[in-house]
Amino acid sequence: MAETPFPYSETVMDHFRNPRNVGVMENPSGVGKVGNPICGDVMELFIKVENNIITDTRFRTFGCGAAIATSSMVTELVKGKSLEEALKISNKAVAEALGGLPPIKMHCSVLAEEALKAAIDDYRKKQTVK
Amino acid sequence: MERIYLDYAATTPTHPEVVKAMQPYFYDKFGNASSLYSFGQEAKAALEESRQKVADFIGAKPEEIVFTSGGSESNNTALKGVAFALRGKGNRIITSVVEHHAVGEPGKFLAKEGFEIITLPVDSNGLVDPDAVRKALNDKTILVSIMHANNEIGTIQPITEMGRICREKGVLFHTDAVQAVGHLPTMVSELTVDLLSASGHKFYGPKGVGFLYIRRGTKIKPLIQGGDQERRFRAGTENTAGIVGLAKAVEIAAVEMEEEGKKLTQLRDALIKGILKAVPDSRLNGHPAQRLPNNVNISFAYVEGESMLLNLDLEGIAVSTGSACTSSSLEPSSVLLAIGLPAESAHGSIRFTLGKWTTQAHVDRVLDIFPKIVAKLRAMSPLYPGDK
Ligand code: FES
Repeated sequence: MAETPFPYSETVMDHFRNPRNVGVMENPSGVGKVGNPICGDVMELFIKVENNIITDTRFRTFGCGAAIATSSMVTELVKGKSLEEALKISNKAVAEALGGLPPIKMHCSVLAEEALKAAIDDYRKKQTVK
Repeated sequence: MERIYLDYAATTPTHPEVVKAMQPYFYDKFGNASSLYSFGQEAKAALEESRQKVADFIGAKPEEIVFTSGGSESNNTALKGVAFALRGKGNRIITSVVEHHAVGEPGKFLAKEGFEIITLPVDSNGLVDPDAVRKALNDKTILVSIMHANNEIGTIQPITEMGRICREKGVLFHTDAVQAVGHLPTMVSELTVDLLSASGHKFYGPKGVGFLYIRRGTKIKPLIQGGDQERRFRAGTENTAGIVGLAKAVEIAAVEMEEEGKKLTQLRDALIKGILKAVPDSRLNGHPAQRLPNNVNISFAYVEGESMLLNLDLEGIAVSTGSACTSSSLEPSSVLLAIGLPAESAHGSIRFTLGKWTTQAHVDRVLDIFPKIVAKLRAMSPLYPGDK
């Protein structure tokens, strides 16, 4: 059974309590939906892109506190960034922005990074089709 | 904010009466029970009086009670102790898929040592079929170990039935009764067991103390060697204060257990009914009736357990979950998978366990807050199909 609720940083708890940019986006430019093979969690990230800049974001996450907080943080970090800049955001950077994650929770931040990549990929695919 | 503790299956508060009973044995009566002078003798007397109380409580003889450091040690001693004592006679040990790790892990260890471990399945309510025990017995079988009541889903096994089968075939039968002792009647003659494990802190006693009932004549090797204490079944200076506390907890249970069980059953059922009604797509895990009076385990579709647990903690409510996200292995609860739950449902499970100090007001508060937490998390879940 559950061993512990993990000791999270204040920033993690803040993003967990009041996640930013939660929800589904109408007419997104790109959507990334990824599953976490390690513990079975799912994250969905929506981006709006205008002139190569990410102008808006939304997310939905099925997962632990760290997964929700990293999702929320990544939606904040990428806003206003160009696609190239956004792609440089690593899971480590997200974790750092959150004031660190317990080691056993680092894999949850990978989910956020992958969802972002998938959303940008999806956007680019749609562009080439057009 | 009043904090509400609903994780009594993890551990219970030590009863104030227990603390009081233990107090003299730290400073005034600190003696080593093995010493011959009066300091030692008063410790010895307390020890033997405690043994008598514990023995009476389960209908055993005092010499059949061995004090240990708790449930894990009792379980380890039962499995390894019997396995190594009866190695020449056979090598098959029968257990079940829902056992606590303190039985499961020694089982794996023994498998590496050349024993054949048969792990019986359970049905969707978590019950082991006594007939499956009967069928698994062969002339190489030296031990059957089936837990009395499950710590996660609360299902109570038909121990007596399995005990009789084993006795008839002359095979030793152990039950891990850590969740049952002090909460349910556990008379060893009725259960028909040869070994029974119990732990103090699961029924308002102190942590770090428990006992193993070893029926007279049972062949068993000690796990801990190096002294004559506990009739050489368990070396080490006795934890007098802890043992006195354990005996006090047993005394309290003897008086209060029945009433408490009735009260908790009512609260449990109110909580189960209330949640299932207020939260769509939720299901009860474990046996609907044959379950511990204090156990509620429910799965909520589309949401993950740790995020529910954290939200409850923010409201001062302490619970536990079978989610993969909170296990060190990042695997969902094996007990929930064993009763046939898909991984997502195990992932979205919450266990509430009630106890002596749980009130209707606590239950009401959970019923007020919890559905909102689930709704909030569902609104942010990509798996949620929306309100129907
Ligand atoms: S999402 Fe499962 S551990 Fe974080």
